[in-house]
Amino acid sequence: MCLGIPGRITEIWDDRGTRMALVDFGGVTRTVCLAYLPDVTVGQYTIIHAGFALTRVDEEAARQTLAMFRDLGLLDAELGAAEVEASR
Amino acid sequence: MKYLTEFRDPELARWLLDAIAATASRRWTLMEVCGGQTHAIIRHGLDQLLADQVEFIHGPGCPVCVTPLEMIDRALAIAARPDVIFCSFGDMLRVPGSATDLFTVKARGGDVRVVYSPLDAVHLAEAHPDRQVVFFAVGFETTAPANALAAVTARRRRLANFSMLVSHVLVPPAMSAVATAPGNRVEAFLAAGHVCTVMGTEQYEPLVAAHRLPIVVTGFEPLDLLDGVRHAIAQLEAGRAELANAYQRAVQPDGNPAARAILAEVFTVCDRAWRGIGTIPDSGWRLADAWRDLDAEIRFDVGGLTVAEPAACRSGAVLQGLLRPPDCAAFGTSCTPRRPLGATMVSAEGACAAYFQYRRLAPAGATHVPDSAGPAAAVEA
Repeated sequence: MCLGIPGRITEIWDDRGTRMALVDFGGVTRTVCLAYLPDVTVGQYTIIHAGFALTRVDEEAARQTLAMFRDLGLLDAELGAAEVEASR
Repeated sequence: MKYLTEFRDPELARWLLDAIAATASRRWTLMEVCGGQTHAIIRHGLDQLLADQVEFIHGPGCPVCVTPLEMIDRALAIAARPDVIFCSFGDMLRVPGSATDLFTVKARGGDVRVVYSPLDAVHLAEAHPDRQVVFFAVGFETTAPANALAAVTARRRRLANFSMLVSHVLVPPAMSAVATAPGNRVEAFLAAGHVCTVMGTEQYEPLVAAHRLPIVVTGFEPLDLLDGVRHAIAQLEAGRAELANAYQRAVQPDGNPAARAILAEVFTVCDRAWRGIGTIPDSGWRLADAWRDLDAEIRFDVGGLTVAEPAACRSGAVLQGLLRPPDCAAFGTSCTPRRPLGATMVSAEGACAAYFQYRRLAPAGATHVPDSAGPAAAVEA
């Protein structure tokens, strides 16, 4: 019930004063309520709980996090190389 | 699927694991608060990959598991009434009450319906003006915005036949209860990222200060969890206790202000009994006084119904991190997801169900069977 899933907004409409959207979860689509994200637009990713979009996925933050993980790998490779060097 | 597969990348996971191993000088005890995180940890075998650096104690963040028995019994009493359509999230239907469960009530002719969103229950109330429609509003801060908007919508549409049986629970008071419990071994928390998408992170500053434990807001994919662990261990090794956010793509410091505003209007903080744990002060939400005309406990006069917890199920010890599921005598024998003794075996987020589903059947000390479920089994809800 409280597992949140990211999905992409494909369509937005108004249902008697409540903002609703169609969200694509990688092929499966669902109708969700946008009452708590008044500013999201078609194409953006949100995280959905119990039929409600609760947060917009910050694509820049996601990119930075993944870049930081890749930097860890570069560091890892360098340290690994340094260890091999030192053991010679 | 974007934002799922890239946070499951095996090569990046390896680098994070190496970074954690390079930092940890000993094994640290961490609690992941949310049941969704527990499932991800067990399913992807992160506890096995981190066996030398981390002992995971699984937190109480499973709403189905902690809903008290007496609340289930109140739900059963209401659902059995012939004038009622009783609506619930699907995972509540198999939770055993004192004598039966919602599935059995349905089988005996009760009109029990599974809904995906609480707004579905509001639509049912509109479509059936001659029936009483009751929604079982359980969950943490993540489901509360949906439930609050159901109340707002029902009132806006002047639906006299809609009400809610409310048993909401709150995460920060439960974390405080864990931190101050006698014999607590938790050295840092991985806070439930999706709760923070609603409530923000500022609630945790006082907890960090009071308990001197690192709290790292953490997501749900393998890389998110490993990054949460990495943050926590870096702080522990340096002797620091701070609030950190390892789920920045989803969590803003002030959470979701629109949701918080409606929550503050519709709900009010109350003491709440947690199944297997007991009453935690100020750990729940009930309908605020101005909304009590929608309170099913009052409408159907079931508030006085109280019962004691049964002794057979040791879910209380599991929920407090005192007992690993496979170390329980009933685990996998008299207690399975098909015939659960208690709620931790029922829920998609329960710790016992996670261990059973991913075939971690061996008691402590025995060799574990590795997790074979891959990222292909991705979306769970």
